[in-house]
Amino acid sequence: MREYSNKKNEQKKAYYNDRFYVAPQIPKDEVQSDEVFAKDVEDLQSSFDIKEAYIQRGQLVVYINAKDIVNVMKFLKEKLNYNFLSELSAIDWLAKSGEFEIFYQMLSTSKRKRMRVKFFIKEKEEIQTVSNVYKSADWAEREMYDMFGVRIIGHHYMKRILMPDDWHDHPLRKTYPLIGDEEAQWYEIDKIFGKDYREIIGPEERDSARIVEKDTHRFARIKHEVPFGAEYSDTPIETDYQEEGGIPIVRKLSKKDVKILKERP
Amino acid sequence: MQKVNRLQPFFENLVFEREDNSMIINFGPQHPSSHGQLRLILELDGELVTKATPDVGYLHRGMEKMAENMIYNEFLPTTDRMDYIASSSNNYGFALAVEKLIGLDVPRRAKVIRMMILELSRLTSHLFWIAAHALDVGAMTVFLYAFREREYAMDLFEDYCGARLTHSAIRIGGVPLDLPKGWITSLMKFINEMPEAIATYEGLLDQNRIWKMRLEDVGVISPEMAQSWGCSGPMLRGSGIAWDIRKEEPYELYDEVEFDVPVSDRCDSYGRYKLHMQEMRESLKILKQLIPMYKETTPELMAHAPKYISAPKEQIMTQNYSLMQHFVLVTQGMRPPVGEVYVATESPKGELGFYINSQGDPYPYRLKLRAPSFWHTSILQDLLPGQYLADVVTIIGNANIVFGEIDR
Repeated sequence: MREYSNKKNEQKKAYYNDRFYVAPQIPKDEVQSDEVFAKDVEDLQSSFDIKEAYIQRGQLVVYINAKDIVNVMKFLKEKLNYNFLSELSAIDWLAKSGEFEIFYQMLSTSKRKRMRVKFFIKEKEEIQTVSNVYKSADWAEREMYDMFGVRIIGHHYMKRILMPDDWHDHPLRKTYPLIGDEEAQWYEIDKIFGKDYREIIGPEERDSARIVEKDTHRFARIKHEVPFGAEYSDTPIETDYQEEGGIPIVRKLSKKDVKILKERP
Repeated sequence: MQKVNRLQPFFENLVFEREDNSMIINFGPQHPSSHGQLRLILELDGELVTKATPDVGYLHRGMEKMAENMIYNEFLPTTDRMDYIASSSNNYGFALAVEKLIGLDVPRRAKVIRMMILELSRLTSHLFWIAAHALDVGAMTVFLYAFREREYAMDLFEDYCGARLTHSAIRIGGVPLDLPKGWITSLMKFINEMPEAIATYEGLLDQNRIWKMRLEDVGVISPEMAQSWGCSGPMLRGSGIAWDIRKEEPYELYDEVEFDVPVSDRCDSYGRYKLHMQEMRESLKILKQLIPMYKETTPELMAHAPKYISAPKEQIMTQNYSLMQHFVLVTQGMRPPVGEVYVATESPKGELGFYINSQGDPYPYRLKLRAPSFWHTSILQDLLPGQYLADVVTIIGNANIVFGEIDR
């Protein structure tokens, strides 16, 4: 029987897995083990519903409800002195549970602590922007939309940021193949020449490692150069030009003229 | 419309509105002082910028996607292509994140060499910054001088790892090579020459009337603004907030060396210029202290962790089990434990963070690159309105943005 492969996750997978291998876990420490974090979580708990909180590798991780996010951010900024939102993005769990996990990486310079606020949303669910609280969320949210298609409400300029505006699909989703999808291979042809030229030019080669030896459009074999697009020729072409009495500006170096310096002058 | 047989000026980038003085122009993406592929859509009133919309993504290579499809060691050379001016700091940020993920401790000699490389790349980055920035503003001489010293620093890199720009000289678990013979002497020579060179740049620029006119009170970032927009590195310290990750959350041996964190509360471009100069001096100070520290260390270079890191070459060539382990690590890759880390390091441009979510596979489930330039570009939309068109060049140059890490 053919092995089952999950089409919802196009990413590369290990070709061999030990049947009895159990991946170890990074320990999750109790929040109480750190005074500052314990106080923070206690404060957060008094106003918001905290689903889970733990410390991993020295950073606090807090799971909240998606609807609380703006208020939590305001609370963190004003009450708990987390003055930086250093990063914000999503993790694609669509294949596993149909959800996105959104994380907000916070930094407090006065407490010298970093924490992560996280929550899950369903695929089509929209979240509120936090760019009114931390301006740094402005571009990060745009990137999140661009890469994952997570929709943001209330953002002042919700537009793709890294990919072209008319790009199809969201590249960082696990369903999106590394090499690009069907639309991607026609994107530049359509854009530059128009859809009518699809048959004349053919799809874009999206495998950068692919080399066709006899293709004279993209490659020239050394000493077998032919005009662009002409038939590949097997007969070698003489290209050496630096001969005795040849081109006057090119001076032929002889070995005895060469000087090797020990160090830079 | 252009007439076929007559040459006429044809400004496809300009939209003229005849009623008033306003104009929309495209600054970039092919503008020499846009430092890469920055496209700025500027709305001007005369020469005053009324609205600025930065547009990025012209150098997007999908590094985060690539990371999800590569084993950890495979991805390391890709990080070189982020901030290609100081590629070793990216290598280091990634290596440290993976080491934190698997909980690895690096031998002391590797730590010292790593710090040397990091500080050298900070110097090359700052030298490049002052060269390009001065050139943008109109001071050609500084460019030539700064590139000369940068060349010497690159020679040191070349002597160490063979590469000049994309080093990949820091690996997960340590460094691949010990310092070559005579390297310390050349480093010492470089350290001794640099203060004079920095004094030369300062002599050329500090009291230079044009330089001061173009930098003073240009691009003022208030501390609140800097915090809200997530600025880091010199952009943050230029606004009077003393926050250097090397000092506050020390990694490697930064807690053992003595250095100051220069802070400027001028909040303008000139203050940030002074800051960069001062930071170069601090880097030299660190390098100087590292030389005796190097001599005291034992020769181990890579961490001993057979599950994750290949054994040294001699061991692979002589011991069967090490060879098998090496084969598995190269073909399948290491499998870090399940969990996630966010590790921030102080790259020359600011806080360089790597968020890694591992599910116990040889491929990271999610890797997010937090590149400082991305956040320093986003501040432009808030910073540029109210400035003059000529100052836009100063501000872009001063922000020290590199498009390899913005677009990733």
